[in-house]
Amino acid sequence: MSIRVGKTGNEAVAEAMRQINPDVVAAYPITPQTEIVQIFSSFVANGKVDTEFVTVESEHSAMSATVGAASAGARSMTATSANGLAFMWEIVYIAAGMRLPIVMPVVNRALSGPLNIHCDHSDTMGARDSGWIQLFSENAQEAYDNAVQAPRIAENPDVKLPVMVTMDGFIISHAMEVMEILEDEKVREFIGKYVPENPLLDVDNPVTLGPVDLQDWNFEHKRQQAEAMRNAKPVILDVASEYAKLTGRKYGLFEEYKLDDADIAIVVLGSTAGTAKVAVNALRAKGVRAGMLKMRVFRPFPAEEIADALKHVKAVAVMDRSDSFNAVGGPVFVDVRSALYDVDNGPKIVNYIYGIGGRDVTPDHVKTVYADLAKIAETGQVENPLTYLGIRE
Amino acid sequence: MSVPKDAGWKDVPKAGRILEPGSAAKYETGGWRTYRPVHIPENCINCLFCWIYCPDQAILVEDGKFKGIDYAYCKGCGICATECPGKRGNKALKMILDEEA
Repeated sequence: MSIRVGKTGNEAVAEAMRQINPDVVAAYPITPQTEIVQIFSSFVANGKVDTEFVTVESEHSAMSATVGAASAGARSMTATSANGLAFMWEIVYIAAGMRLPIVMPVVNRALSGPLNIHCDHSDTMGARDSGWIQLFSENAQEAYDNAVQAPRIAENPDVKLPVMVTMDGFIISHAMEVMEILEDEKVREFIGKYVPENPLLDVDNPVTLGPVDLQDWNFEHKRQQAEAMRNAKPVILDVASEYAKLTGRKYGLFEEYKLDDADIAIVVLGSTAGTAKVAVNALRAKGVRAGMLKMRVFRPFPAEEIADALKHVKAVAVMDRSDSFNAVGGPVFVDVRSALYDVDNGPKIVNYIYGIGGRDVTPDHVKTVYADLAKIAETGQVENPLTYLGIRE
Repeated sequence: MSVPKDAGWKDVPKAGRILEPGSAAKYETGGWRTYRPVHIPENCINCLFCWIYCPDQAILVEDGKFKGIDYAYCKGCGICATECPGKRGNKALKMILDEEA
């Protein structure tokens, strides 16, 4: 039996961390993630978890201590946002390169500057090539569910990669929802006992981790890392399937919302998917065949599956909550368009950059995107390959 | 790391991990080399300057005489060939491109 509770996204993820009961958490506060580790530190202080909580002086140290703990053989977690993630940068890559199954909730916030604390995806999109698995969440329920599934994915012997679980800053992290959590023992049974690979603290089997790795073998180790990311895709689906048996909540690489018979569709990540569902429902009531593809797994990127899901659609809009500043389009757009390249007579595809720095996006905004798509589907002509949605012209 | 020379990316430990302690001697560093020294026995007077000056231990000596070069560790710095006095101005060590060896 699941337990129905009212929780904010931050509370939900802190609760997942309590149930995971990691051996080590090393973290530093940053808005809007602060509550996660603040709540978690109260669990530590009150003896609700067995975790060694390391208070550090910066995010660079937070990730460094997490890497050290994971290397020692501890199930290790941290959490951050925006500039905190940026400050971790060097060690974020090292965690993946050392193949350490760390789990890190990231509460999406605009990267400075100009200084802004509100939601966009510029922080985690910047880390899309860091070698971390990235799971995006539409709401607090999904953030919780992704957080509980993350250790199983990260620790799988065919994967052994760190996982970021993201949720939209404030929109999810600070908004209270009714959601379901599992009983503690069910989470612990689901994630299982952690058996670290080559732990430094196994003194009977001494190992060296992270030695210099030059021209002779570095390429091979990076090839292994690339393969691990490929292996992650079926593992994510297996873990989701097992989780569905436990909770009834089904997760895939992405969610298809009224996409089967759609003429026009948007691709979106995070909380805006909920907003878009309202728009899709309104359009469907008027007979418009609108659909949506909500990405859950951004890394590994499910290119073939996305191409298959979108191939019948006439016009697709990719919604990016960050800009690549590449003078082309956002990071999700570039990947989705690349995925569709081999589809014969595939959909017309356009990009919308929206919600930067927490700029609100409403169902009416999303409806204008569908209106643009309807025109493209009808005429076959793309006038604006890239639109800044909700900008003051 | 002690890995067979014909090993591929699927065969080696993840992430460069060294799972065998005390195995540094098995890690061959000669792969860094661009040039390699070659020995010309008729010009060698067995002064062993090469052995003294080699910054690694890549000059092999037996019974007080030059025996050979350990290419598994020789990094091709060329110090041995520079220091070699040779016989009547003809050096006993010369550097050639490794790929031409």
